[in-house]
Amino acid sequence: MTPTDLDVRPEEAPVLRPLQHSGPGFWLLIATLLGVIGVGVYAYVTQLRIGLGVTGLNNRISWGIYITNFVFFIGVSHAGTLISAILRVTGAEWRRPITRMAEAITVFALLVGAPMVLVDMGRPERLFNVFLFGRLQSPILWDVISITTYMMGSLLYLYLPMIPDLAQLRDTPGFSPWRHSLYRQLAVGWRGSPRQHAFLEQGIGAMAIIIIPVAISVHTVVSWIFGMTLRAGWHSTIFGPYFVIGAIFSGIAAIITAMGAFRRVYRLERFLTPDHFQKLGYLLLTLNLLYLYFTVSEYLTISYGAEIKDVTLINALFYGAFSRMFWVMAIVGLILPAILTVIPHLPVVDRLRRVPLLRPVPATAAALVMASLAVGVHFGAGPQVGAIGGISYETILVLAAVTAGAAVLALLPVLRQRPVASIVIASLLVNVGMWLKRYIIVVPSMALPLTRSEWATYRPTWVEWSITAAAFATFILLYTLFAKLFPLISLWEVREAPASAPETAHTQEAAA
Amino acid sequence: MKAVAATGAAATLPQAARLVAAWGAAPGRHGRAHVQRRWVMVIDLAACDGCKKCTKACQAEHLVPFEQEWIRVYEAANNQYDKYSMPVPCQHCEVAPCVKVCPVNATFHNPDGIVLIDHNRCVGCRFCMAACPYGARSFNWTEPKHTPAESFAQYSPEYPVPHRKGTVEKCMLCAHRVKMGRLPACLEICTKEGMRAIWFGDANENLVTNGAEVKKLTQLLGEGRAFQYKEELGTHPRVYYLLPSRRDLTNSSAPRPAAPAEDNSDPNRP
Repeated sequence: MTPTDLDVRPEEAPVLRPLQHSGPGFWLLIATLLGVIGVGVYAYVTQLRIGLGVTGLNNRISWGIYITNFVFFIGVSHAGTLISAILRVTGAEWRRPITRMAEAITVFALLVGAPMVLVDMGRPERLFNVFLFGRLQSPILWDVISITTYMMGSLLYLYLPMIPDLAQLRDTPGFSPWRHSLYRQLAVGWRGSPRQHAFLEQGIGAMAIIIIPVAISVHTVVSWIFGMTLRAGWHSTIFGPYFVIGAIFSGIAAIITAMGAFRRVYRLERFLTPDHFQKLGYLLLTLNLLYLYFTVSEYLTISYGAEIKDVTLINALFYGAFSRMFWVMAIVGLILPAILTVIPHLPVVDRLRRVPLLRPVPATAAALVMASLAVGVHFGAGPQVGAIGGISYETILVLAAVTAGAAVLALLPVLRQRPVASIVIASLLVNVGMWLKRYIIVVPSMALPLTRSEWATYRPTWVEWSITAAAFATFILLYTLFAKLFPLISLWEVREAPASAPETAHTQEAAA
Repeated sequence: MKAVAATGAAATLPQAARLVAAWGAAPGRHGRAHVQRRWVMVIDLAACDGCKKCTKACQAEHLVPFEQEWIRVYEAANNQYDKYSMPVPCQHCEVAPCVKVCPVNATFHNPDGIVLIDHNRCVGCRFCMAACPYGARSFNWTEPKHTPAESFAQYSPEYPVPHRKGTVEKCMLCAHRVKMGRLPACLEICTKEGMRAIWFGDANENLVTNGAEVKKLTQLLGEGRAFQYKEELGTHPRVYYLLPSRRDLTNSSAPRPAAPAEDNSDPNRP
C-alpha cells in the first residue's frame, strides 16, 4: 500500500511507460515545437533590435495580441489550481486522476503568460524598476504581486502531492543516473510513514484553501488593469468577476483539452474515464452559461444606458469593424460548446439522421466545397469581381455558411455517440473563442476614438504572430517535458481513493 | 509683479514680458524662496483658426520624433454649419489618470503641477497611454532619428531630448522654457501669427498672458464661458477652453463684467 512498494501495479503501467520510453512521435513533436519557438525567438530578437515598431501597434492601439495572450494564459492558469483545489476542498473523489494535469497547466500557463508582459514592454531591460520604484497604487504592481504569489503557490501546490509519486520513481530501477538523482532530491526522503502522510495531507489541505483566494485575486487584478481606466468597454464594475468566470471557463476547457490529448496519446483510458469528461463537461457548461450571463449583463447595461462612447463601441462589436470576430466568438466560444456539452442528453439529435442531406458525408462534402469556393473567390478574384457562373460572392458566402451549419448539424448525431470526443471538441472551441474574446476586450476599446478622430486600426505583424505561436509552443513543450519526467496521474492518490469511487463511476457511465 | 496684478485688466506687451520674466526667476533660484506655481493654459477656441502652426512649433522646439503631435488640432463641430478647431495638448490633469497607473513613478507632477515623464525610468508598459482619456501620449516605437541639434541637449524630464526608444512622450507644457522665463512654444507662435488663442499663466497669481496682453485668469474664463475638456471625468485638467462661439468675441479686448446668462432687454445696455 505504501508508495515505496516495488511491485509496480500492472494497471499503472500506461502512466509510467511514457517516463521510460520515448517514441519517434515524441522527438518529432519536440523538434517541431523547438522550430516554432526558434522562429519566435528570432522575432523577439528582431523586436529588441528595432523596437516595438516591428509590431502592428501604434499610438492609438498601444496594446494588442501580446496583452491578449497575457490575459488568455493567465486565464488558462486558473484551470488548474482553482479547479483542483475546489474539488479537493469539497471532497469530490472523482478529481483524483485529473488534479495533477490541472495543476501542471496552471504552472506552465503562468510561466508562459507572465513573460508576455515582458515581451510587450518597450524597455524590458528596466524590468527591475518595477521592484526598485514600484508604486503600490498602480494596478500593474497588484498584478506583479498577485501573479508571483500565485506562481509560487501553484508550484508548491503542484509539488506537494507529487512527493509520494517521486519517491516511487526514486525506488523504480531503470532510470538514467541524473533522473534518479532528480527524483531522489525531489522526493525529500519520503518513506510513506503515517507521520509523513499526516504532514503531507495537512500541507496539501492548507495549500488547497490558500490557493483559492489567491487564484481569484489574480484574475481580478488582471481585469483591473483594464477596469481602472476610464475607457468605454473597460471601465466596468463587473470586470473582476467577469474575468474570473472567464478564466475558470477557459481553464476548464484547457484541462479537458489536455486530458483528451494525453488520454489518446498515452492510452490513459483507464484513468480518464468518460465519467471524468462528463463531469468536467457539466462544469464547462455551467461556466459557459455564467459567462454568457456576464456577457449579456455587461453589454445590455451599457447599450441600454446608451452613452455615446458605449453605443459606438457596441455598434462596432455587433455590426461594425469587429462584428465578424465578435460573432465568431459568440458562436464558436459560447453557443456551439454549450450544444456540444449537452448533446449526450439530447435524444432528439438522433432524429437528424433521418434527413438524408444531413448525413455526415454529403453534408461535410458540401460544406468543404462551398468553403473552398468562398476562399478561392476571396483570395483569387477578389470579392469585388468575385462571381462564378453568375453567382455573386455574397451568395457563395451565404451558401457556405448554410452548408457549414448543415455539416455541424450532421455531425451532432455522430458526436452523441462519442461523448468524450464531443466534450473535447467543445473545449477546443472554447479555447479559440476565449482567445478571440480577450482580443475583443483589449483591442476595440483602444481603437475607439477618444477625441474627435476616426477609429484606429491594428493589424498584428509576423513578429507578433510568431511570438504568439512560440508562446503556445512553449506551453505545449513544457507540458510535454513534464509528462516525460513525472507521472501525469497522481498514482498514490488514485490508489488511496475509496473503493466505492470506481463503482459510482461505472454506474454513472451506464446511466449515461 | 504686484504692479501688473494691480492693473487687473488687460495689460500690454512690456507688462507681459515683465510678468513672464518674474515667473521664470522665482522657483527656488538666486536664493529666493520657492514660489508655489499652478500653471494653467487657456485655449480660446473662438480665436483658433486651425492652422496647426502650434503643432509644428512644438515639434521644432522639442525635436519631436516620428512626427508625433504633442498638441493635436482636431476638427470639431457644434453642428454641421458651425465648425471649429480644437487644439489638444496634454491636459496636465490635477487628478491625472496616467500618474495614477504608472507602475514605476516615471510620470509624475512636478512641484508646479506639470505632468512630466522621466524617460530614464519609464519601462514602456504604455499603461499611461491606455489610461489617458485625451489620447495625449505617444510612444517611441523605434529608435528616434537623432539630429545633430539633439546631441547638444542635456536630457531632463522637462526637456526630454535626446529622445529615447521604448518610452512614452507627451507635451511637457514647455517646462524648460517656463522656468527660464519664456512662454510655451505653441503660445509664442500663436501670438506671433496674430491669433492669440493660447494663454498661459499661474492660477495662484490669477494672471495669464498670451505674450501680448495680460489678463486675470478668472476674468478670462468668465468672459469666455470656459470649460474643461471631459471635465465630467473628474481629472481636473489644467487646460481650459473658451467656447468657440461667444457674444463677446467682437470686442474681446474690452473686458466687461460677466453678463448674466439670460440676456433679456436691459435698457442700460448699449
